[in-house]
Amino acid sequence: MNSFKKNLLKKRYNAERRFQWYGKIAIGLALSFLAVFMFQIFSKGYSAFQKTWIVTEVHYDKELLLIDAESPSKDDLENADYYDVAYKAMTSLDPGLPEEEDRQLIQMVSYKYEAEVKDLLLKNPDYLGKIVSIKLTASDDVDQVHKGNYPRDIPEENRRVNDYQLQIYDMLNERGDILSEFNISFFTSPDSREAELAGIASSFMGTVFSILVCLAFSFPVAVLAAIYLEEFAPKNKFTDFIEVNINNLAAVPSIVFGLLGLGVLLAVFNLPRSTPLVGGITLSLMTLPTIIIAARASLKAVPPSIREAALAMGASNMQTTMHHTVPLSMPGTLSGTIIGLAQALGETAPLILIGMVAFVNTIPGTPVDPAASLPVQIYIWSESAERGFVEKVSACIMVLLAFLILMNLAAQIVRHKFEKKWS
Amino acid sequence: MSKIKAENVNVYYGSKQALFDVSIDIAEKEVTALIGPSGCGKSTFLRCLNRMNDVIEICRVEGSIKMDNLELNSRKLDVVRLRENVGMVFQKPNPFPKTIYENVAYGPTIHGIAQSKEEMDQIVETSLKKAALWNEVKDRLDEIGTGLSGGQQQRLCIARAISVSPEVILMDEPCSALDPIATAQIEELIDDLKKEVTIVIVTHSMSQAARVSQKTGFFHLGKLIEFGSTDKIFKNPDNQQTQDYITGRFG
Repeated sequence: MNSFKKNLLKKRYNAERRFQWYGKIAIGLALSFLAVFMFQIFSKGYSAFQKTWIVTEVHYDKELLLIDAESPSKDDLENADYYDVAYKAMTSLDPGLPEEEDRQLIQMVSYKYEAEVKDLLLKNPDYLGKIVSIKLTASDDVDQVHKGNYPRDIPEENRRVNDYQLQIYDMLNERGDILSEFNISFFTSPDSREAELAGIASSFMGTVFSILVCLAFSFPVAVLAAIYLEEFAPKNKFTDFIEVNINNLAAVPSIVFGLLGLGVLLAVFNLPRSTPLVGGITLSLMTLPTIIIAARASLKAVPPSIREAALAMGASNMQTTMHHTVPLSMPGTLSGTIIGLAQALGETAPLILIGMVAFVNTIPGTPVDPAASLPVQIYIWSESAERGFVEKVSACIMVLLAFLILMNLAAQIVRHKFEKKWS
Repeated sequence: MSKIKAENVNVYYGSKQALFDVSIDIAEKEVTALIGPSGCGKSTFLRCLNRMNDVIEICRVEGSIKMDNLELNSRKLDVVRLRENVGMVFQKPNPFPKTIYENVAYGPTIHGIAQSKEEMDQIVETSLKKAALWNEVKDRLDEIGTGLSGGQQQRLCIARAISVSPEVILMDEPCSALDPIATAQIEELIDDLKKEVTIVIVTHSMSQAARVSQKTGFFHLGKLIEFGSTDKIFKNPDNQQTQDYITGRFG
């Protein structure tokens, strides 16, 4: 081998090695971006899954509750006046505090503390007349202080938690009367203006309903359209035109579909505003072209020999399509559907236009109840000033990601099942 | 006795003419082989007999093809009924990606031939036996048909074709993807089948044509050059082109 050839060979090996390194670096970069992103979200968001409680004692005093009856019924407890009892439960933390300063203590728990006091008695009617300990939801400021998210060293006038409240917090913390527990209410409560009470139940259900509506509208329409275009439609200028338009539709910015939903679904058909029904239909306009394109591609990928085999057996076009081509194309169609739904899942702009951005503090039970959706919830919370919402935003993103991962997993499982059956 | 009678068949793919005035008589319960170099139109002619050319949009067929006095090249013809009577086996084995049982049962199911599960089992068994596949697959009828070997797949396709008891079976180079042993099995099978059905086979192998067929037609450039008994074509052809082709001088 002469030296020229040797050099050439060396160069070729070097080029390959370099190329492999470029690939590795690219993958490394992509992974590190992902890792930074994940770390950012998890480090900010994990604390939202913890809820801070303040433990105090409550005296269910019949006189203060304004209960006269000897053995009060459920209704009596329901209609009793809990204001003073709840108030006393908080002010008893520092009996020496002058009355006009009481607000400082009350502000340390959520504004729903009276309801929490009431609920405990309704659940345990035998507490009547007794002094029992009770957990009250800490206000988001105390919550953030407890989680270490709130700097304590800034000047008092710039701080939402004043020195006195910090002092009480420290005292309670030392006594072990500040509890940190898993935040169930984050998943079971609807949105709230108060960060400590806000949860994702309404937006989660809104997303679920929207996706279901979207699936129900877009999947059958898209699959039928794809089957007709691929298997039955004559190939002429008109079908070409339709095909070009479907491809263009896939590239239309989603906000345009939002406008369409606003102008047609709300204005013309008078469907209920801010509901998953409208949201789902609007999103289905977006997913429709994605599913059609995926379904057509996977129908096209079915080998023609299978069609010929069925036709030669005397199957009609319809039978060939339904017995063979469509089932064989299903894995591809399903994965296309999942991709379309995943897009729809993260879509915010069209939903804002049809009013799913409204503040909803009820949990929707049907697709025609007002609701938000997870990405819109992220948007709403990220606009909020309170520090408590920062961690909620990250937590909501985590839930959205988990939702996506679960959907993809389900798709994989379904896909796998189909493929096993058909090959 | 003539089963299929084609007269002056012309086939066009768009503006390109693929067959020129082909006239041929295919005898009942015999094997007719169609030979010729690639692109000579023999497969195109074969596909006229069960109207598989319908699938190709730009394809146009002129002339008359009669099967038992039924005009095949007519718009009014019900192709579903036709294909129930004229089965086809393709060049590449193409079983459905379903179980062996479902593959054979598909035709009888869509044509409503079996009245009961027992009858269907019977049809599947008979068809697989006729296709000389029964002994190899009887214990695994619920396995996927595409998991069989190439030769077994092709016999499965033959079993599928005969499951609806067709009068004619068209074979488009059925052995071209198979090894010699599988080829020999299929040829034996063709010999058995011709007792009951009329077979038209397109083949590139002249020795195969000589072995299995009673009549042979030689196609060249879209024309039927010579048609006659296999013996005559291979031993004493009238046409010089036929002579050149079968002796391997061209093609």
